Amino acid sequence: MATLDVQNVHTYYGNIHALRSVSLTVQDGEIVTLIGSNGAGKSTTLRTISGILQPREGRILLDGQPINRLAAHEIVERGVCQVPEGRRIFSRMTILENLEMGAFARKDRAAIQDDLARVFDLFPRLKERIGQKGGTLSGGEQQMLAIGRAMMAQPKVLLLDEPSMGLAPILVETIFQTVQEINRQGVTVLLVEQNALMALQVADRGYVLETGAIVLDDSAANLRENETVQKAYLGIE
Amino acid sequence: MSWYATAIQILLIGRANGAIIALVALGYTLVYGIIELINFAHGDVFMLGTMISLTIVTWVPSLMGLRRASQMPTELIPILLLVALLASMIGCALLNMAIERLAYRPLRRAPRLAPLISAIGVSFILVNIGLHWKGASPVDFPNMHPSVSLDIFRDVLGINTQIFFTVKDLLVMLLAVPLMLALNLFVTRTRLGKAMRATAQDREAAAMMGININQTIALTFLLGGALAGAAGLISGMYNNSAWFFQGFRGGLMAFTAAVLGGIGNIYGAFMGGLLIGVVAATSDFLLDPRWTQAVVFGMLILILVFRPTGLLGESTPERA
Ligand SMILES: Nc1ncnc2c1ncn2[C@@H]1O[C@H](COP(=O)(O)OP(=O)(O)OP(=O)(O)O)[C@@H](O)[C@H]1O
Ligand SMILES: [Mg+2]
Repeated sequence: MATLDVQNVHTYYGNIHALRSVSLTVQDGEIVTLIGSNGAGKSTTLRTISGILQPREGRILLDGQPINRLAAHEIVERGVCQVPEGRRIFSRMTILENLEMGAFARKDRAAIQDDLARVFDLFPRLKERIGQKGGTLSGGEQQMLAIGRAMMAQPKVLLLDEPSMGLAPILVETIFQTVQEINRQGVTVLLVEQNALMALQVADRGYVLETGAIVLDDSAANLRENETVQKAYLGIE
Repeated sequence: MSWYATAIQILLIGRANGAIIALVALGYTLVYGIIELINFAHGDVFMLGTMISLTIVTWVPSLMGLRRASQMPTELIPILLLVALLASMIGCALLNMAIERLAYRPLRRAPRLAPLISAIGVSFILVNIGLHWKGASPVDFPNMHPSVSLDIFRDVLGINTQIFFTVKDLLVMLLAVPLMLALNLFVTRTRLGKAMRATAQDREAAAMMGININQTIALTFLLGGALAGAAGLISGMYNNSAWFFQGFRGGLMAFTAAVLGGIGNIYGAFMGGLLIGVVAATSDFLLDPRWTQAVVFGMLILILVFRPTGLLGESTPERA
């Protein structure tokens, strides 16, 4: 049974049909990437999984249990947490408070301190600035905070929406390494990226989304060699 | 009276009314911060707080076969005060939560004008409840004990001065300041308080962190209502009156205070409340009480024209 199973999902914004029968699966322990150009519906897919948007048709299963009728906070409680597009950290709260908010849904108060230490291991920079307001951090630091905040929820499945957006190449490298490290610690990852090159390097499998529909799915290695993918997303002629 | 005694007197009166205004302003600012709605009904929740308190303060003595609270044994007065405070706070908190649930939540995805109109409608309903409950003219809110009108300088300390500072003035501070400190501690230190700030800054991101948005918004209305309830009791006690239309004046002052401090900004609402209290007292004294509403309205317009973000900073909802 797939950890995350999205089945024929249709999502609308008013009467704009943003997702047209999107299906994808993520197996336990995998990194799966979802690539596509601007406006393809990548964020919409993640927001639908997170319960921010309700699909009009289709089902979303987590470990076989439907989650598509649950409120966003209930989905977090079941172990799916998202690092949203544009980071969206709480800019007037300190780093520590942001991380505490990540752990909001958890009942195991005692283990939170351990996870705080784990996040600071991943991102020592956050520890140095623990009392600083989120809004005063650099873009890279904000991304680290956004990832750290989601990790505080101790998710089974981590959804990442364009974590490399707007970062310098060296930092992009670091962020992708961190994603792999988090995955090695046992977290299943669904990674949305425009940077298809990097995404297909770290992912096991990938899906290509075009105007709200999945047009390709394959192993990451095959997608890297695929001619259409190379032309459209890797900039290779 | 010398000019400086006058000035001090104005400051003292202004500060007492300012504390009441600040408590109400906090309700405007908390709610605006979290759902970007000017809760026009808030002033009337405050009015009903005074009505609830008045009811308790007259009803409890009547149960004991007495005509007024001031005939009760002195040692029971603090208990009466506490019961009235709790009843008013709880009543207004529940009322405010019910308003959110029935009149605002169903409109959360509607265009922004819809909840605003709904709020004005709720305000009319509450005003009419007040009117039917206690009648059209201001009702006397009795002193709970004769000692509350004693002057601290002359009657208690035996110092001869022209400045009045009554036990009542002191009581206002003793009630209002701890409530404001408690609110501040709540939003800065507790898990739910932080969730409230997070929701105010970015509702969707808060939901993605597992924060229950509906519950957090309900909690915000609960807190705002409770503070308005406390303000209702304090106002009745301090001004010795309860009137179905007091929510309009009180609401106007408090709303101006919230805008002055930067709506959405908790600290700003507090400072704005004190400032408006002093401005109103100055106008009452130097001009005429009948001009005060116009002065405060004029101030509101000036702020909106020249400094719409308030004196203390931006009016972004994230300023919690
Ligand atoms: N709040 C909204 N209201 C109406 N339409 C929306 C809304 N958000 C997104 N859309 C539309 O839905 C489609 C998919 O948008 P989405 O944000 O999912 O794209 P994306 O693949 O994440 O793009 P990007 O790479 O630019 O982030 C787009 O056509 C977009 O215009
Ligand atoms: Mg997107």
